[in-house]
Amino acid sequence: MSEASLSPGFAHPVRDAQAAFRALLEAAARPGTIASLRVPAEPPPCLPPAMAAVALTLVDADTPLWIDAAAHEAAVWLRFHCGCRIVADAREAGFVFAADASALPDMATLDAGRDEYPDRGATIVLAVAGFGSGAALRLTGPGIDGERVVSVEGLAAGFVAARAANHRLFPRGVDAILVSGAHAMFLPRSTSIEEA
Amino acid sequence: MAVLARAPEAALEAALAALSPAPAWQVLRGPETGMVMVRGRMGGSGRAFNLGEMTVTRCAVRLGDGRIGHAYIAGRDGRRAELAAVLEATAQGAVPPSLAQALASMRAAQEAERDDRSRRAAATRVEFYGMVRMG
Repeated sequence: MSEASLSPGFAHPVRDAQAAFRALLEAAARPGTIASLRVPAEPPPCLPPAMAAVALTLVDADTPLWIDAAAHEAAVWLRFHCGCRIVADAREAGFVFAADASALPDMATLDAGRDEYPDRGATIVLAVAGFGSGAALRLTGPGIDGERVVSVEGLAAGFVAARAANHRLFPRGVDAILVSGAHAMFLPRSTSIEEA
Repeated sequence: MAVLARAPEAALEAALAALSPAPAWQVLRGPETGMVMVRGRMGGSGRAFNLGEMTVTRCAVRLGDGRIGHAYIAGRDGRRAELAAVLEATAQGAVPPSLAQALASMRAAQEAERDDRSRRAAATRVEFYGMVRMG
């Protein structure tokens, strides 16, 4: 993507980012629920709208960003609107964006924070094909009364196993946000995921 | 850009109105107002220090043909920032003659004002003479 095709971000930067932040917060508090986000009118074509909204809401100059090859066309847009540094090495990233679910780097290599500062762990934002169909996952943990069964279409093969290894690092670990269209599902590190 | 950033709104509006065809633009960011820290240096070799914060309004626009203009102006006037960004984008590549003329007159007005201010300041300068003690 060149500068010439740069498109605007949120129509109302403060109000829309706050609305999206609130929706993400709710989604993080209730893992497995589907949040619908306020999205920019013309996100870069290679990013799902919700991924663009997450970038505008959470990513800034203090959060190094890693993006996969499929999202690379959006680098100019992300740099312009978020003012973030785009890093080549996913291990240094605070946010890891994969517009192609299979291009997600090995979760074990990502920054999981330290025991003193577990909050510094990276957050993965992963594009999936859709919610409500596909592989069924059983979620348990904080924010879930008993268990919650969700289905996600287009999740990469090793995701559940990698997440299980990540869950064992608690309180360290990486958090994940699955996005599709304008919808997002938050899977914090505290949530345990099994194939149902 | 410096000339556009200092120009009054009326001059920017006039320069935009003189353009034909009138440019169409889309706002990419802003106009939004924020603060920037202005740093200063005492003399040529002093250390940098924080002089204070100032209010700045910025705007970025894209013209129909993809040219992008940026503007940062002092103060909170969003319209001025937007106009300055549009004219900045228009001035990229071949500058339309009417805009070149407008820029030249804005520059002349700003230089005249600066000269006038320097002259008035110079008129109030107090010269200190040092006395050399003899013997």
